[in-house]
Amino acid sequence: MNSNWEIVIGLEIHAQLATKSKIFSGASTAYGGEPNTQACLVDLGYPGTLPVLNQQAIEMAIRFGLAVDAEISSRSVFARKNYFYPDLPKGYQISQLDLPIVVGGNMSILDGDGNEKIIGITRAHLEEDAGKSVHEGLDGLSGIDLNRAGTPLLEIVSEPEMSSAREAVAYMRKIHSIVRYLEISDGNMQEGSFRCDANVSIKRFDQKELGTRAELKNLNSFKFIEKAINHEVMRQIEIIEDGGEVKQETRLYDSDLDETRPMRSKEEANDYRYFPDPDLLPVIIDETYIAYIKKTLPELPNAKQQRFIETYNLKVSDAQILTTTKQLADFYEAVEKIANTESQISANWVIGDYTAALNRDDLEIKDAKLSAADLAGLLNKIADQTISGKIAKEVFEAMWDGEGSAEEIIESKGLVQITDDSEIETIIDQVIENNPSQLAEYLSGKDRLFGFFVGQVMKETKGKANPQKVNEILKNKLT
Amino acid sequence: MIIKEIQNMTLCALKQGMKDKDFTSLEITEVLLSRINGLGATLNAFITVTAEQAIKEAKDADKLIATGKDKPLLGLPIAHKDLFCTDGVLTSCASKMLHNFIPPYDASVVKNLKASGAIMLGKTNMDEFAMGSSNETSYYGPVKNPWNLDLSPGGSSGGSATAVAACLVPAATGTDTGGSIRQPAALTGITGIKPTYGRVSRFGMIAFASSLDQGGVFTRSVEDAALLLGEMAGFDENDSTSVDVPVPDYLGGINQPVKGLKIGLVRQHFDAGLDDDNAIAVKEALDVLKDQGAVIIDIDLPNIELSVPTYYVVASAECSSNLSRYDGVRFGYRAENYKDLNEFYCKTRGEGFGAEVKRRIMTGTYVLSAGYYDAYYLKAQKVRQLISQDFKKAFEKVDLIAGPTTPSPAFSLGAKMDDPIEMYLNDIYTIGANLAGLPGMSIPCGFVNGLPVGLQLVGKHFGEESLLQCGHHYQQATDWHLQIPEQFK
Amino acid sequence: MDIQDSEIKDVVDKLSRIVEFVDQLQAVSTEGTEPMAHPLEQGQRLRIDKVTEDNQREKIQLNANETNNGMYLVPKVID
Repeated sequence: MNSNWEIVIGLEIHAQLATKSKIFSGASTAYGGEPNTQACLVDLGYPGTLPVLNQQAIEMAIRFGLAVDAEISSRSVFARKNYFYPDLPKGYQISQLDLPIVVGGNMSILDGDGNEKIIGITRAHLEEDAGKSVHEGLDGLSGIDLNRAGTPLLEIVSEPEMSSAREAVAYMRKIHSIVRYLEISDGNMQEGSFRCDANVSIKRFDQKELGTRAELKNLNSFKFIEKAINHEVMRQIEIIEDGGEVKQETRLYDSDLDETRPMRSKEEANDYRYFPDPDLLPVIIDETYIAYIKKTLPELPNAKQQRFIETYNLKVSDAQILTTTKQLADFYEAVEKIANTESQISANWVIGDYTAALNRDDLEIKDAKLSAADLAGLLNKIADQTISGKIAKEVFEAMWDGEGSAEEIIESKGLVQITDDSEIETIIDQVIENNPSQLAEYLSGKDRLFGFFVGQVMKETKGKANPQKVNEILKNKLT
Repeated sequence: MIIKEIQNMTLCALKQGMKDKDFTSLEITEVLLSRINGLGATLNAFITVTAEQAIKEAKDADKLIATGKDKPLLGLPIAHKDLFCTDGVLTSCASKMLHNFIPPYDASVVKNLKASGAIMLGKTNMDEFAMGSSNETSYYGPVKNPWNLDLSPGGSSGGSATAVAACLVPAATGTDTGGSIRQPAALTGITGIKPTYGRVSRFGMIAFASSLDQGGVFTRSVEDAALLLGEMAGFDENDSTSVDVPVPDYLGGINQPVKGLKIGLVRQHFDAGLDDDNAIAVKEALDVLKDQGAVIIDIDLPNIELSVPTYYVVASAECSSNLSRYDGVRFGYRAENYKDLNEFYCKTRGEGFGAEVKRRIMTGTYVLSAGYYDAYYLKAQKVRQLISQDFKKAFEKVDLIAGPTTPSPAFSLGAKMDDPIEMYLNDIYTIGANLAGLPGMSIPCGFVNGLPVGLQLVGKHFGEESLLQCGHHYQQATDWHLQIPEQFK
Repeated sequence: MDIQDSEIKDVVDKLSRIVEFVDQLQAVSTEGTEPMAHPLEQGQRLRIDKVTEDNQREKIQLNANETNNGMYLVPKVID
């Protein structure tokens, strides 16, 4: 990247809150229903209908605010954002302007050099989601489905303090992790429950004012965000270096072409005529309520990570991976508790084989057939020398497919490790006898043939010989 | 004879009559339906008459009465302003935009009154979307004042007022945003009450200006108003602005004496804007109350003259937003010829709304727009606070505030259509109560050139009991409320 | 919202009158006064998070304008 330029990025994240019912009505928020089967009269903006506020939405917003060290407004107000669009049934969206429920806050990320960087959060506010439109297959018309209309959204606005696409992704991942930890959103980007818009601008190093920014929309994966931002930065640099000016506009990211293009229909200077919604009263939140919610907060990623490093003596990177989601962290701790191995060994297995299997089969922890106790059982079989680490991997796969417990599988497949010295000695003697030329070569100085003998012993024992013992005894025999 | 008596009777009298087996609910209903049928075209008070449904309900009511069951309004006929959603029955708000709108649900007010046993005879005419003071902006044509068919009955609840004044129905619901119950009540010589903001649920009451709208009733006596209000009012979890305060027994407590009641007279009301004859009628009414033991005290509402411009900024801002949902997509009028989405919106709304509604939407959009918000909307909300504070201060010295309801008696149809401001100034005495959310009532207190004049009483928040008690005592000492227009006797 | 050409002069006249009228508000001082959005002095009530509405699509769409497979139809929306 051209080092004359500084990149300025701010992110606006919309997280759909995991309430059962909508923010202002009692209709269901479940995903994937038939069109308009979850849109009640309030959601449809029928004449005479009125909004009533969902308590869970408020609680979830407060949880978020507390988790990012923000201030919770003791008095917050809902305002109407007025504009016409077919997926907006009332002709206005109920949102928050001057008095949002969460003010300030911050999130720490690791910057490009691996150092901690604090990204400021400007605010987070509640608003209702709009419906969806379908444009294909309707004979030149568009079809409107209002099931999604009224689903609660938490809009999280960051300060424009990220300086690279990578930082932006890191921040986004952190926020994603937090909302899932707090169980306020399922963060499912494919289903649209976690959306991100990026405001991107560039300026020369010595320039004081910020450059004109473009807003990038339709960024629905971590990968796309990085690409889109990088592409946009290049585009802006090109424009300015050619002597032009960056236009303030909204651009859509096209993942197929890997480029951004301006949105065609939205007017740029939209006057939303915000005013406090007269159908809703100010939300008053007192200290006792906030304190009550604070008590119910789970241990947050940063604190958990720190605790893992200290308690389990793990590497920072391992602790970070294990605490990406609360589910994985809980799984690890459950394994660690039961297993008699070193914490690092448990960590290796969870981060390695276990996670690889989850990803390969596209499973959530709760749906996997192998439980924490099961895995701990397997690790204990390694610890007590019943099987070797290598054989354990075989056993793991069998357990993953639901063939039984570690004990059962080892038994049925006859995988118990051979550790008896005399037994091993006998086999080693046999191997040495059967391979005189290699023996001669080894004794004449070809040291690496040691591995050959080890391999032969393993072949004879179908991998079940205890590797350390084989090494020990073989060394003695060959000297 | 019986027919004549039935059509003139109050709800309380009808209730007693059914109890005494003088007549049945079916008989009452048939008498009134036939009357509505005959006089419908003359007055244009009704948009929809639900004859079949009413007769069925009356028969059901009679069956229940025969078994000895009782409900507060069992078998009593009423009409609803066509702004209250009624399940399965056209609810048009007197607008082309909703000329085909059949709600799939009942407004809470409609539900409450139905549950208390009331029978709906039909939906009454009104100013389009409740915007107007003369019932001349209706898509279904103007309503006539039964005291003189060339005159307006007032608005926006003109249809309900006329229906009650002409004895087509003993009571009807209405809504009051700037005076739309009290003003027509005054101009047609009947009783009309607008409760405290939050007393009656707004769920199902098609919104005009959300922070000002309140549902209320028209009746021929304060006693009836107490009966109906008691059944309409109450907390509703579907309305965030509904207040969870128990509903007192308005009818039961109506005989509290008036002696010692402190009534305030607003200095600013009695100025050049008020017709001399109206002023005299109102002063005479106050003399009656004085005789009954009330104490009249002069008070000041220094910012009251700003109430009309304040109201117009706030109400048009809120309505411009409330009416954005009328776009032809999910219900209501939909334009026929359009080439794209933009034209679809513009034509649907341009053709569906009448001139006054469009004017208010434009005004509202203007006062909320960037650059003007502070000077207009925000400023108006601050002035609203001042006006509210004036009332609060006044209520430290008095229990009720009394004065004229309107500046003059009923005016000619078409008289004020050229200058919107002249029309708006009709509401000069009533608007303050809406801005401050206070309860207000108008009762007949005399005649000027054969046309009725109204006395307005405004009470403290949730002070409906005082209003009703005071009004009731006045009606026991006077008979203005018993007068019926010659043509409709 | 369309205004017909024939209506424009009347609309402009009347709107100007209205704006002139509401300009009266500028005359009074509102230093230090809080704006009043509501006549009520209470906070917003909160509703328990529970699904209370079931699928009423058929009943609601009985009276609806154009629909297709449950969706409301409008002229094509271009993004």
